[in-house]
Amino acid sequence: MTPFLLKRLGIGIVTLLLASIVVFAMLEVVPGDPARMMLGMNATEDAVQALREQMGLNQPLIMRYLSWIGGFLTGDFGRSYTYSVPVAQLVAERSAVSLPLALISLFLSTVIAIPVGLYAAAHRGKASDTVAMGASQLGVAIPNFWFALLLVYVFAVALRMLPAGGFPGWGAGVWPALKALILPAIALALPQAAILARVTRSALLDVLNEDYIRTARAKGLPRNTVLWRHALRNALIPVFTILGLQFSFLLAGTIIIENVFYLPGLGRLVFQAITQRDLIVVESVVMLLVATVIVVNLLVDLSYAVIDPRLRNA
Amino acid sequence: MSLLEIESLNLEIDGTPILRNVELSIDRGEIRGLVGESGSGKSMTALTVMQLLPLGARATGQVRFDGKNLLAASENEMCQLRGDDIGMVFQEPMTALNPVKTIGEQVAEGIRFHTRASRPEAEDRARKILDRVGLPEVKYPLSRYPHQLSGGQRQRVVIAIATALNPRLLIADEPTTALDVVLQAQILDLLRDLCHENKMGLLLISHDLAVVADMTDNITILRGGQVMEEGDTARVLSEQTHPYTRQLALASTHVPARRKHPLVQHQPAETPLLKVTSLTRDYLGQRIGFFKRSAPTRAVNDVSFSLWPGQSVALVGRSGCGKSTLARMILALDPPTSGSIEFEGIEITGKSEAELKPIRRHMQVVFQDPYGSFDPRQNVARLVSEPLHLLQPTLGSKERRERVEKALNEVGLTTSDLEKYPHEFSGGQRQRLSIARALITRPKLIIADEPVSALDVSIRSQILDLIASLNARYNLAFIFITHDLTVARAITDDVFVMHEGRIVEAGRTESVLENPQSKPAQELVSATPDLHRAIARKLREQG
Amino acid sequence: MDTPVAPIATPRTDDFWPRAFANRSFVIGFAITVIIAFAAALSFVWTPYDVTHLVVSDKLKPPSAAHWFGTDHFGRDILSMIMVGARNSIAVALVAIGIGMGIGVPLGCWAAARGGWLDEVLMRFNDVVFAFPALLSAIMITAIFGPGAVNAIIAIGIFNIPVFARVARAGAIALWPREFILAARAAGKGRLLITVEHILPNIANLLLVQGTIQFALGILAEASLSYVGLGAQPPMPSWGRMLFEAQTMISIAPHMALFPGLAIVITVLGLNLLGDGLSDLLDPKLRRQR
Repeated sequence: MTPFLLKRLGIGIVTLLLASIVVFAMLEVVPGDPARMMLGMNATEDAVQALREQMGLNQPLIMRYLSWIGGFLTGDFGRSYTYSVPVAQLVAERSAVSLPLALISLFLSTVIAIPVGLYAAAHRGKASDTVAMGASQLGVAIPNFWFALLLVYVFAVALRMLPAGGFPGWGAGVWPALKALILPAIALALPQAAILARVTRSALLDVLNEDYIRTARAKGLPRNTVLWRHALRNALIPVFTILGLQFSFLLAGTIIIENVFYLPGLGRLVFQAITQRDLIVVESVVMLLVATVIVVNLLVDLSYAVIDPRLRNA
Repeated sequence: MSLLEIESLNLEIDGTPILRNVELSIDRGEIRGLVGESGSGKSMTALTVMQLLPLGARATGQVRFDGKNLLAASENEMCQLRGDDIGMVFQEPMTALNPVKTIGEQVAEGIRFHTRASRPEAEDRARKILDRVGLPEVKYPLSRYPHQLSGGQRQRVVIAIATALNPRLLIADEPTTALDVVLQAQILDLLRDLCHENKMGLLLISHDLAVVADMTDNITILRGGQVMEEGDTARVLSEQTHPYTRQLALASTHVPARRKHPLVQHQPAETPLLKVTSLTRDYLGQRIGFFKRSAPTRAVNDVSFSLWPGQSVALVGRSGCGKSTLARMILALDPPTSGSIEFEGIEITGKSEAELKPIRRHMQVVFQDPYGSFDPRQNVARLVSEPLHLLQPTLGSKERRERVEKALNEVGLTTSDLEKYPHEFSGGQRQRLSIARALITRPKLIIADEPVSALDVSIRSQILDLIASLNARYNLAFIFITHDLTVARAITDDVFVMHEGRIVEAGRTESVLENPQSKPAQELVSATPDLHRAIARKLREQG
Repeated sequence: MDTPVAPIATPRTDDFWPRAFANRSFVIGFAITVIIAFAAALSFVWTPYDVTHLVVSDKLKPPSAAHWFGTDHFGRDILSMIMVGARNSIAVALVAIGIGMGIGVPLGCWAAARGGWLDEVLMRFNDVVFAFPALLSAIMITAIFGPGAVNAIIAIGIFNIPVFARVARAGAIALWPREFILAARAAGKGRLLITVEHILPNIANLLLVQGTIQFALGILAEASLSYVGLGAQPPMPSWGRMLFEAQTMISIAPHMALFPGLAIVITVLGLNLLGDGLSDLLDPKLRRQR
């Protein structure tokens, strides 16, 4: 463990702790009685009291926090009020949609963006660079849900090639399930790819201005060899930083995109839970998403240490 | 036929002429110096030979290496030449190596590319050349990363990369400018030896006439992109027939006329202007665990000295010896770990900003970098008047303006400069502005941190004159922080030699520089290049 | 001995406009931004049709000479709705930037000037906010406190705070060790005075460029929120809501989805180009390379 990683790990744990307090507090400040809110105005006082008991609302604040976080750590996320099933079960079902969706779009955006960024940097100032960067500038500006609508119109309405929405479940076979994820994944991936391509290009151009690039050229290495062997690895740090941030964007994006395509994923679950005021689901799923973001960013920090020896041994 | 022949070389970058009609040649085994002030086009000449010019550059004329015209060579042909037949060493060793690759990889890479050797073979050669440049494998294994090496060691790695394949020509662009004098002497020795061993031609680019006089056989003097004079180094520098050559030589050995501060025996009852007693500064060690840190580093260690009104002293030492930390503590910009600093008998450590105000007005600072020491968004009137903030009661706007004008006049600038911004001035003028800013509160002490080391020699001599005259006119005391003994020799009465945080030697400037007693002082003195001595030695050798 | 660092800030901006008009990104971005702002301002006094007036006989008309962008399912003119919707988008994004800058910049400058534990605490606070996917939290906030433009502004504004805090802090931290700051300290100036006189003017460029980026992101975020029904409420037209309504009509009236989307894309594109242009113009690193 290097000092750098120790520090990052410490920060990650502190962030996680603070974030859990924020999530908990956010739902504490909901105006009115959460139990009544969940049951609606017509519920009887007994039913509200029963729910308050079930939710532990009659316990002191600190106890409620501790029992929530304790349950969270042991995988007991509580029970959904609207679905009447354990939240853990809901999360497991919905992850089967969201996780593949996130991974496919992350994969798509990376395999599109990094080659485009590399190509543009290598052909800096030439027509191909201008075209690639113009396209990415446009890509950055496109809202993913609008792009999703256009995709639906072209591929589902006009060409009838792919489904416009819904999810048949993995039980219906891998291909039909994948087919339902193609358009959402593209809608999520392309705007992200546009950002990533721009970052890759500018990170590379920054590195190409460094003195050690000139040293490498003075050794006789051709321009492209220098790009691959010297520039790329140094440029990866900003690229990985953005990848980490994009993961967070991607999670937020799934909330919208799953709504556009009526996909039964985590994003749609949390959105519906918020509108239905199923606070137990909201609390746990939001915490889970936040924890994922923090862990992914820790992994990004870990990757820095792999890339840069200065962070490995101080 | 010479190894490298440059004939009527013209270079433009984006339409701006950089080089005009440059002629230069180097034979096998010859060491040629290329000398000039900043902007003279020395680096661009080197980059033209390497064909590593920036975008938008257009070179015409002839650059022949071994009879082959490099200006007409394809990129592929140039790749074959670079690193194999022509090597290059750059100025900035801290950034010249790729931080994510081991030194072994970086040295072996060129060897593999040019010789198609296998990895173990290339590493074997890399090991040998690193050993040759003074980085034996036992102490510096190939698996080291650049950040684990010091600046001097990194420059050795860069030299290893450039000379790994015994090139016939080595171009060294200010290879020692970023290093202190002791390291400079070591690196120059290494370069000289490598040239002799391999009959390698060396183009040594430098702004420092003394370095070039010491190192080179022949010299080319460049100014504004044109060759002023060319020929045998000893002859050119001793005869000084060309006016520009004479001007450069005079400027680099310039000593301002000044009366030395008398060596008086002060009574113990008298209060010195500044009295530093057992001053120590520790920096926290690096964090190595959650609650653990490595042992703290002691930047300044038990330093004591006194300074009298009007006295000019130099604080000299190698980089990292603690001299800048000491200066910052005296200026109350950095708190000492222990010890005391008294200004006119008043203790300044532990004082609040408000309590420091009346002391600060008598103690001002001039920094090394005239580019970085001004806020680019403020005009001269505001910049120079900044320390007036220290005066109690505050001045009216008319008085402020008068003060600023007077300060500008004192440093040789005019009131028409008041509305200008720092970027509209040259480096030398900016250093004058710095001094004007320091003078405006009429201080009794100015601390100057390498005040002339970023300046060209001709400008440097003017600034030294200015400082000397201020010292005499206002009985103003100076502390110079420098690694350059020529500056110390020129304008100081006494010198303190610092080494690893301690003052290891103190005395009258001339006696310390002529007859150093401590080992660190001896090293500094013997490593400092001296133009006259170098020319004399050259002439003696030639008979 | 330190090597001189290139100045962080541009010396002066006397020659700003001539150079600006030679910069393609800036010119296009500036033009788009001006046009959108003008359209929004114009909508206060004039729109081609009244957006509150429903003409059912004119519903779902494709683009024509009378209705350039067509009409929606209530027969409202889409061009007019886009003009009015621009008001909402711009207002939300601008106020959100105001919140972000107003709180974030002082925090960032304070952290940089003070250092130590305060800096650490502020940065941990930032980490926490960054750990929440912005849109998710915005949805939570608007859902908890009720949907509407004001809550959308607050939700988006909160996520601008750490962004500006980070930019201000990074810029300020790079400046504090510079010699001109040391000179100001030697002139007895305190942290607050130095921050106001030297730090802020020198990070203004960075903040301006970040401002255009956050403006664009704010417009996207507002559109997303109103798309899921948590932004501006009907009858106030908003671009996101128009797209939501278009979704169900996509097979019969694709123009309903096309034009509001294009409005978002062009606005965001314009702001991003403006930001790119500004950072080219104001970044001394690029100028140094000539």
